[in-house]
Amino acid sequence: MTTFEYAPAPESRSIVTIDPQYGHFINGAFTKGANHFPSVNPANEEILSHIALGNAKDIDAAVDAARVAYESVWSKMPGKERGKYLYRIARILQERAREFAVLETLDNGKPIRESRDVDVPLAAAHFFYHAGWADKLDYAGLGQSPLAHGVAGQIIPWNFPILMLSWKIAPALAAGNTVVLKPAESTSLTALLFAQVCQQADLPPGVVNIVTGDGSTGAGLVDHPGIDKIAFTGSTEVGKAIARAIAPTHKKATLELGGKAANIVFEDAAIDETVEGIVNGIFFNQGHVCCAGSRLLVQENIADEILAKLKVRMAKIRVGDPLDKNTDLGAINSAEQLQKIRELSQSGDDEGAERWSPKCTLPSTGFWYPPTIFTGVTQAHRIAREEIFGPVLSVLTFRTPQEAIDKANNTPYGLSAGIWSEKGSRILWAAQQLKAGVIWANTFNKFDPASPFGGYKESGWGREGGRHGLTAYLKEAESGNE
Amino acid sequence: MSERLEVMKTYKLFIDGNFPRSESGRTYEVRSKNGQFITNACLASRKDLKEAVVAARTAQSSWAGATAYNRGQILYRIAEMMEGRREQFINEISASEGTSLESAEIEVFAAIDRCVWYAGWSDKLSALAGSTNPVSGPFYNFTIPEAMGVVGAIAPEEYSLLGLVDAIAPIIVSGNTCVVLASSRTPLSAITFAEVMATSDLPHGVCNILTGSKEELSPWFASHMDINGLDISGIDEPSLISEMKTSGAQNLKRIHSFKQGENPQRILAFMEAKTIWHPIGV
Repeated sequence: MTTFEYAPAPESRSIVTIDPQYGHFINGAFTKGANHFPSVNPANEEILSHIALGNAKDIDAAVDAARVAYESVWSKMPGKERGKYLYRIARILQERAREFAVLETLDNGKPIRESRDVDVPLAAAHFFYHAGWADKLDYAGLGQSPLAHGVAGQIIPWNFPILMLSWKIAPALAAGNTVVLKPAESTSLTALLFAQVCQQADLPPGVVNIVTGDGSTGAGLVDHPGIDKIAFTGSTEVGKAIARAIAPTHKKATLELGGKAANIVFEDAAIDETVEGIVNGIFFNQGHVCCAGSRLLVQENIADEILAKLKVRMAKIRVGDPLDKNTDLGAINSAEQLQKIRELSQSGDDEGAERWSPKCTLPSTGFWYPPTIFTGVTQAHRIAREEIFGPVLSVLTFRTPQEAIDKANNTPYGLSAGIWSEKGSRILWAAQQLKAGVIWANTFNKFDPASPFGGYKESGWGREGGRHGLTAYLKEAESGNE
Repeated sequence: MSERLEVMKTYKLFIDGNFPRSESGRTYEVRSKNGQFITNACLASRKDLKEAVVAARTAQSSWAGATAYNRGQILYRIAEMMEGRREQFINEISASEGTSLESAEIEVFAAIDRCVWYAGWSDKLSALAGSTNPVSGPFYNFTIPEAMGVVGAIAPEEYSLLGLVDAIAPIIVSGNTCVVLASSRTPLSAITFAEVMATSDLPHGVCNILTGSKEELSPWFASHMDINGLDISGIDEPSLISEMKTSGAQNLKRIHSFKQGENPQRILAFMEAKTIWHPIGV
C-alpha cells in the first residue's frame, strides 16, 4: 500500500514582532522594569525576549493604578459603557488572532493548530460573552445592584496563557473590578501583547495592569493589602498556600487547581470515537491540562481491544515543530516541567506499571516527551494519584459500573471526568455519581465561555465561565455574607 | 399530699440518630442568665466530632439521592414537630437565655417559619442555580447544583434555636449532611431540636448535634479532612476565624459566615456546580 508522508507546513512567524526586552504594563503604559529574565521557546530553546521580574515596587504601582482606576473611572462608568470596551477587546483579539496564535505557539510550545483553533478564538469569545453581562448584573442571581469587589489580583498558569488571561480579565472587568494580572514566568508574551490590545481599545489607564515575574511576584500580589479579590489558576499546592495567606484577611478567592480526571470507558462505548476521545483527553496541549483525562478506566472485557486500537492511533500522533500546521503534539513547556514528567513516569516504572510509547523521533533541541501510556496501573501508584501534567496516561480497569465510580472518585481532586457509553441512562447515572465539576460524556476537553468550569474538593473554589463564573467577581449588596 | 417531683431531662448529644453521652464522659454546667443551675450538658470531645462526621458521611449519598420532594417534606415535617413542642422551646429559651416568654415565643415562631421557608427550596434550587448553557457547537450542556458532602457548622451563641435552624436547614435541604456545634452557653433548645429531628423521618446521621466548648472544638472542625464545608457564622473572634481558615486550607474547605438568616446563598454556598456536556447528533 502506498502511504503519503506529510510535507512540512510551517506557519510563518513573520506576523509576530517580539521586543528584545519588556517592562510591566502599569496605568496604561509600559514601564522599564528593573531586572529581567529570559523567556525561551521551549521547542528549540531560543531566547525570545527578556521579561521584567516584578518586585514589590512594581506591584505597589500596579495596585495603586488599579485602585485609582476603580475609584475614579471604572466603578462609576455605566455597565453599558464597560461592556463596549470588552466588545472592543474581543474584536481586536479576533482581528489580531493569527498574531496571537503564532506568538502563543512560539512562547508556549503548543501546536499552532491548537493555539489557532482553540486558545485564541476562545479567548476572544470569553470577552464577547462577558461584554454582554456588564449591563445585566442585576440578573446575575445576586439581587439588585450587586457590587464589584474592587481590585482583583489574578495569577495565571503557563498552559493556556492568553486563554487563562481572558478567563480572568473578562469577567472581572464585566463585573466592574479592575485588575492586576501576573502571567506565568515562562509565558508572558501574549499577556504583554494583550496590553497593546488594551491600548488600541483605549481602555482607561489602570483598569488592566500586567506585572510579569515569578512565584515571588505572585506571592507579593496575593499579600498586597490593596487587593480585594484573588483569582488563581495553578497547582493545588500553591492554591492551598494562597488560601492560608488570605486567611487573616477579608480577601475573596477563586482557585482553579489540579486534577486527576478519570476517563471512564464502559463496555458499550463506541470504540473508535472513544479512542479519539482518549487521545484528545490526554494528549491535547501535551497533557498540560488540569482537567486532562489522565486516568483511563476501561471496563475489563473491552480493555484489550481499546488498548490495541489506542496504540495504533498513538503511533499516528505527529510530534514536533509546534509551528507546523500538521503537528499534533508540541513541546513540553519548560525544562522544569519535563523533569517533573520524567520523574513521575520513572515512578511508574519503579512501582511496576508497564510503559509503552510509539516509535517517534524527538527533536534534538528543546523540551520533548513522547506520548506515553502505562498499563497495569493500580490505585496506589503515584501515576494514578498525582497530576503528571504531561502526555502520560495511566490505564486502570474495572468490572462493574459501581467499581468505576468508586475508583474515579478515589482522589482528593474533583475537577473533571469523562464517560463513554452509548446508553443514556448509564451516562446520566455515572454523571450523577461522579464528584467532579465538569463531566464530558462521549466527548472530552471541550470549553466554552457560557459553560461553568471548576472543581469539587481540592480542585479549587468557585467556577469560571457562565453566570456562575461571573458571580465570583460580584457580591450581594449589604448581605454581610462572607 | 406531697407535691409531685418533676422528672428532669438528661441533655445528651445527637449522633447518627442516637442520643449518646460524650465518649469522654465530660459534662459542663448550664446555668441561667442569673446563675441558677439548669442542667449538665455533654462537653463533646474531638472523638465525638469524629464519630459524628463518620455518621454524616455514611448518610450523605442516600440523603442526596432522596428526591427533592422527599427532602422538602422532611424539612416541613420538622416544622410540624417543632410546632407541637413550641411551649417546651419557649420555656427552655426563656430559662437559659433569660429572655421574657414573649420574646422567646418570637424566636421560636421565627425558627419554625424559617424551617418552612427552607423546606420549600429543596425542589427549586436547580431553577435558581442551574442552567442550560448555549455553547458554540453541537453539544447539549447543562449545569446543576449538587450537594457538597459533609458540612460542619458552628451555631451562634445568641438566638440558640433560630441560629441553629439557620445553620442546619440550608445545609441539609440540598442533600448535604451536617455536624453542628450548638450554642455553648444555651444548648438546651438544640437538644430538644434533635428530639424533633429524631421524630421527623430525617434519616439517621443526616444531622448530628454536639454540645460543648467552641474554643476547643472549632479548630477540630476546621482541620477535619472529611468535612467539605463549614459555616462559621457563630464565631466572632477574628483570630479564631483566621486560625480555622488557615487549617481548613489543607483540604480547601469552603468556609463561610452569614449575617442574614433567610437567604438562598446560605444553601448555595454549600453546593457545587456540576456541568455536563454531551454531543448532539443523529
